[in-house]
Amino acid sequence: MSASTQAPEAPARHPVRPFYWSVRRELWENRAIYLAPLAVAGVIVLAFLYASHGLAREVRIASGLLVAPPTPLAAGKAAAAAAKMTPAARAGFALVVPYLASGFAMMATAAAVGVFYALGSLYGERRDRTVLFWKSLPVSDLTTVLSKAVVPLAILPAVAIVSAGALHLILLAWSALVLTASGLSPGLLLDHAPVGTIWVMFAYAVASLALWWAPITGWLMLVSAWAKRMTFLWAVTPPLAICLFERLAFGTDYAWRFLHQRLAGGLQDAFAPTPHGRGGELSLSLIRPLQFLADPALWGGLAFAAACLAACAWLRRRRDPI
Amino acid sequence: MACIEARGLRKTYGATVALDGIDLTVGEGRILGLIGPNGAGKTTALNAILGLTPCEGELSVLGRDPWAQRDRLMEEVAFIADVAVLPRWIRVSQALDYVQGVHPRFDRDAAEAFLDRTSIQRGRRVRELSKGMVAQLHLALVMAIDARLLVLDEPTLGLDILYRKAFYDTLLSDFFDGDRTIVVSTHEVDEIQHILTDVVFLGRGRIVLAATVEELEARFVELAVRPEQLPAARALEPIHERQVFDRSFLIYEGARRDDLAKLGELRSPGLADLFVAKLAPAPGARRAA
Repeated sequence: MSASTQAPEAPARHPVRPFYWSVRRELWENRAIYLAPLAVAGVIVLAFLYASHGLAREVRIASGLLVAPPTPLAAGKAAAAAAKMTPAARAGFALVVPYLASGFAMMATAAAVGVFYALGSLYGERRDRTVLFWKSLPVSDLTTVLSKAVVPLAILPAVAIVSAGALHLILLAWSALVLTASGLSPGLLLDHAPVGTIWVMFAYAVASLALWWAPITGWLMLVSAWAKRMTFLWAVTPPLAICLFERLAFGTDYAWRFLHQRLAGGLQDAFAPTPHGRGGELSLSLIRPLQFLADPALWGGLAFAAACLAACAWLRRRRDPI
Repeated sequence: MACIEARGLRKTYGATVALDGIDLTVGEGRILGLIGPNGAGKTTALNAILGLTPCEGELSVLGRDPWAQRDRLMEEVAFIADVAVLPRWIRVSQALDYVQGVHPRFDRDAAEAFLDRTSIQRGRRVRELSKGMVAQLHLALVMAIDARLLVLDEPTLGLDILYRKAFYDTLLSDFFDGDRTIVVSTHEVDEIQHILTDVVFLGRGRIVLAATVEELEARFVELAVRPEQLPAARALEPIHERQVFDRSFLIYEGARRDDLAKLGELRSPGLADLFVAKLAPAPGARRAA
C-alpha cells in the first residue's frame, strides 16, 4: 500500500500491509461480525434437532411412500396457501423450509450487524478518542475508511454465505442420520430439497443485495463520520423527513417509493420472475446476473456509495474527537 | 534542517483564537518543553504539528506539510496523546501485531523486550490493565518505533509519581539518542525540567518565552532573601516574588548577579516558578516596598 518509494538512509524498514491489518483490527474489535451469526446458527440447529422427529414421515409423504391422512389445517395465510398444494407437495415444501429459513436468518443477522457496525464505524473511534491513537500511525484516512467499508460490503455477506453453507451441511448430516436410522435413503431428501441449489441461489442473492444496499452502507458510514451524537436518529430522520415533506408539500410520494425500492427491490432484477411466486421454484436457471448488472439503479447506488466513502475520508481527516 | 519550522501559525475556532501567530523552530536532537496554562494553545499547536488540524501560516515538520501528508509523516513521527487513547478492547499482543503490520519502522523485538521488563501479559486486554500499565504499553509501542520526532501531549496525565518518573527515565534512556527530537507538553513542569534542552512558554495562543535551558539559566536568576533584605531586593525589580516561611524568593530577568549576590543566595529558578512569573506576573512583584 504505502510501501515507500523513497529510501532515506535506509534504516530498518519492513514491508507493511496497512489495509490488511486495518481489516483484521475491525474483526478484533467487532466480534459480533462472527459471534452473532454463530449464536443464531446455534438456535437454528437446536430447533431443527428438536423438530427432526417428524422428518422421516415428511420424506415418506413427499416421496409418495406414505399417503398422508387429511389433517385439519391451521388457520392463517400460510395454511390457506398450503391448502392449494397436494399433501406430497406440502410435505416436500416442509422439507425445504429449514434450508431457506437458515439462509434467511443468516442474511438478516448479517444485515442487522452491518447496520449497527456501519453506524458505529467512524463514530466510536471519535467518541472513545482512540482515533488519536489510530492517527498516530502511518495509515491514511482513506485506507481506514475502506477497511471499515469492506466489513459490511464484503465480510458480512461472506460470513452469511459461509455460515448458511455450514448450517446446511449440519442440517443435512443430521437428516441423513435420522433417515438412515429410519431405513430410508438420505438421497430421498435431496430429491425434494436441492440443498446445493438453494445455497448457490442464496449466495448469489446475498452478493447481489450487498451491492444493491451499498449506498445504504455508505450513507450509514457517512452519518457515523459526521454526527456528534445519536447516529441512528441522524441516519433515519432525514430520509423520512424528505418523504414527509414531499407528501405534505406536493402530495406525491416519489421519495418514499424510491426509498422503498432501494430497501426492498434488490432482487427483482437479480432473478427471473417465477409463475409460482415466492419459493415456488428452486432452480439455478432463475439467476439473472447480467440483467442485475445492467440495471442503472445499481450503478447509481454504487456511485453514491463511493461518494459517501470519499466524504467519510474527508470528514475523518477533519473531525475532532467528540 | 530544522525538525519543526513554523511561521505565523494561526488557528481560530469561531471567535476563539487558539494560536495567534506562532513562530517556532525546533532543531533536530532537541528536547522541547511546551509549557502553558489550560487553553494556552498547547494541544492545538501539537495537533498542527501532527497533521491533525489545519492551520493558517507555514508549517513544516521533517520537511513535510503535516496536514497534507499526515499518513506519510507518521512513519517518522510518533506521538502519545494521553494515556486514555489506547483502545480498551485491544489485547497487548494485538496492539503489537497491528503496529507491526502498519508501521514500517516498528521494531517488534524492541517492544517485546521493553514489555518483558514490565508485568504486562500479552494476552491481557487494555481494559484489564492499570493506568500505569497502559502508559507503559503505549510507551513500549512508541519506543520501538524508529521515529525522528516524538510528540508527547500530557503523556503522564493521571499517573502516580513513580510511573511518571519511570516514564521519563525510560524516555531518556531508551528513546533519546541525541539525533531524535522530542516535544513534550505537560503540567508537571518541574518533573521534566532536567530533561529539557529548550523551553517554550505559551500563553493565550502566543509565545511568551522561547529559549534554550542554558539561555534561561543565563537570563533568569532566583534570589532567596531574609525579610531584612527584602526591600533592597524588591528595589532591583524582580519579575516575581513568593514567600516560603520567613524567606522570600524573587526572580530577576537580566539582572546583574553581583548586586543580587550581596543580598542573599542565588540559584536557577525552577521552571514552574518561571512559568508563573512570565505568565501571571504577581501583583506583589512590582509593588513598591
